[in-house]
Amino acid sequence: MEEKTPSPKAKMISLYIMGKRYEVPEGSTIMGALEYAGYQLKRGCGCREGFCGACATVYRTTDDYKIKTGLACQTVVEPNMYLAQIPFFPANKALYDLDELEPSISTFQEIYPELFRCVSCNTCTKACPQDLEVMDYIQALIRGDIAQAADLSFDCIMCGLCAARCPAEIVQYNVAVLARRLYGKYLSKKGEYLESRLKEIKEHKYDKEIEEFMHMDKESIKKKYYVRDIEKM
Amino acid sequence: MYPEYMQESLKLVEKTRPERLKKSLSGEKVFTPMTDAERGEVLTKFHPDYQADARRKIRIGPNRGENITLEVADLLESHSRINPDDFDLSRVDYDTDVLVIGGGGGGAGAALLARENGAKVIIATKLRIGDANSMMSQGGIQASVNPNDSPAIHYLDALGGGHFDNKPDLVRALVMDAPLVIKWLEELGVMFDKDSNGNMVTMLGGGCSRKRMHSARDYTGAAIMRVLRDEVKNHPEDIQVIEFSPAIELLMDEGGQVAGAILYNLETEEYIMVRAKSTIIATGGFGRLHIKEFATTNHYGATADGLVLGYRAGANLLYMDSVQYHPTGAVYPEQILGFLITEKVRTMGAQPVNKFGELFVFPLEPRDVESSSFIRECTERGKGIITHTGRVGIWLDSPLIELINGEGAIQKQLPAMYRQYNRFDIDITKEPMLVFPTLHYQNGGLEINDQCETKIPNLYAAGEVSGGVHGRNRLMGNSVLDYNVFGRRAGIAAALNAKEVKLGKLTLKHIKRYERELQEADIHTDKISPMLLPNYTTPEVRARQLTAHYEGTLR
Repeated sequence: MEEKTPSPKAKMISLYIMGKRYEVPEGSTIMGALEYAGYQLKRGCGCREGFCGACATVYRTTDDYKIKTGLACQTVVEPNMYLAQIPFFPANKALYDLDELEPSISTFQEIYPELFRCVSCNTCTKACPQDLEVMDYIQALIRGDIAQAADLSFDCIMCGLCAARCPAEIVQYNVAVLARRLYGKYLSKKGEYLESRLKEIKEHKYDKEIEEFMHMDKESIKKKYYVRDIEKM
Repeated sequence: MYPEYMQESLKLVEKTRPERLKKSLSGEKVFTPMTDAERGEVLTKFHPDYQADARRKIRIGPNRGENITLEVADLLESHSRINPDDFDLSRVDYDTDVLVIGGGGGGAGAALLARENGAKVIIATKLRIGDANSMMSQGGIQASVNPNDSPAIHYLDALGGGHFDNKPDLVRALVMDAPLVIKWLEELGVMFDKDSNGNMVTMLGGGCSRKRMHSARDYTGAAIMRVLRDEVKNHPEDIQVIEFSPAIELLMDEGGQVAGAILYNLETEEYIMVRAKSTIIATGGFGRLHIKEFATTNHYGATADGLVLGYRAGANLLYMDSVQYHPTGAVYPEQILGFLITEKVRTMGAQPVNKFGELFVFPLEPRDVESSSFIRECTERGKGIITHTGRVGIWLDSPLIELINGEGAIQKQLPAMYRQYNRFDIDITKEPMLVFPTLHYQNGGLEINDQCETKIPNLYAAGEVSGGVHGRNRLMGNSVLDYNVFGRRAGIAAALNAKEVKLGKLTLKHIKRYERELQEADIHTDKISPMLLPNYTTPEVRARQLTAHYEGTLR
């Protein structure tokens, strides 16, 4: 029934979950392997499609000393992997009132001073399961370039692997969400269409037409619907 | 890389591509949209809802005698997790103005607006705040903002998409609040896709007659949810978040009002009582029930908990006979089976084609119509592509996107899609995606009015758990809109209500009454609900767990 569990006929491989050896089907995701082995996940499992960042995972393969990182729902198992999850990481998040912040470097100096301790080691970038240029957006912020930081961090799913690996103890993903919020609120250009529509709604321009639709019988509203013109793609 | 046995079909897709591209660029419709009668025919013959065993009559509760989706009926005809006699109702663990059950977009928005309106709020959520379908929405949010569009046209589109069954007052709220929601989100710092004038980039969604789809690349839901979560966390003095603690029953008082809920701490296995003057159910949908054994796009926690809570307390359900199957779920590679391929892929010009490379349906029909026509192509017409595991799908010809919108369009506007397939060595800028409908959305739910009130005093619902606004079929981009519009409205209404309410003596009599109804209807089952989490342990492992104790699906 679950989509991530491969068919039982699949070839089996062995690996280690929290140091214990299990046999799981080849081609499983790490999450699928945990469940196949009998784990009932509570923490460390979320959207199962790579969007929520709940299933941050660290692992190692036997012939390599390096600790690797990934999302359990997106990473396919290899023979003799050593798997562990990071169910929670006590990362720092500043509290702020966005209305009172300035979109400038001084904001970051004040509320995330550790940002400026970045030693450019690039460990965060290597840890990112989204392949984002994490160090580059941190460096952009250090230069005060909020727009670039917002752009480079846009696909961040806030899994926390960068922060877990950072020797300067920066919480990159929380810094980045602030950068994007400042950009979205203060720096991005605002168009006219939205404001004029809001004004029209406030002036009740559409109330009557919608009221009429609400009271039409099914056949009349159907007719209206099927003759409406459709804008070209 | 697709396997050898698919190559012949892939060549045919490539062969027909130039001709299809030409038509697409000409501005003509690439395929004639269906008439009302054609829609009706393909739906009744091929939509899974219309199969003989899809629905059954529910035997207890406010909707007794109505036909509803089988898996939902089974869930509702289950026992409570608790015996009310075990509870000391004089021991209240938390007291608050507003309790929000669910930490997705609807719940977060409700909490923020309740706070703005003077309430102290508790958010109780099963997993983490933000672990929700809200986070996963890719394609966009509808709002009639462009000069050639209007809330009235949006109203008409939503109504036609829902087969004219939508509740009018809810649709009015949806379309009239939509521009306001975009403004609110932008003020909170959500980065929408914009053109050089600062106006929003808008696209055409399935079943829509205007370009109304606002997006944030293909991380629209994530972009919004990340911001809402961040903002909720900025107010710990007013909004307390209790994670890994799903609500398992509502509390009521002697006067028949809802008065909070009982939470279950998933880790310590304690039950916790929260007394609240207003309670908002924002628990999302039911994809993890795997209706008709479909794979799902849904979040791990999407197990219809809120329907159970509300129904046991006496709230009505609306349109629980209808299920949304998203037309484009991944079929290959097997590891991402059911994975959502955003509708934005089609709004940007990708076309569904069969194994001969033939376009067989207008690419942007409403979702149920589009899904049904995919199923027809794969079954009756036998023109699907069959995988080595026996699954079937049709091609979604994504390379067209770059031919229409220019090189780099996919990586720029569909980074999540590109990333996902790239992990399996498939380059969707050059090769199509193999897709089949996947279980996506709960169209119906708890019946509410435009203030998000259920018929039970002090009980509100918002977002996917509620029913009525989408009729029996939701359009793309109206769910992100839904949870924002109604989350906000629920928050405001609940906060105002909390200022007036006087709660009486607490009781769980409604649980006993429900249990009695089960007995009187002669229903014998060992199921309990809400199920909280699905269990994906294999039967072999379960058979060896000799001393494990399962409560429902949870060990």
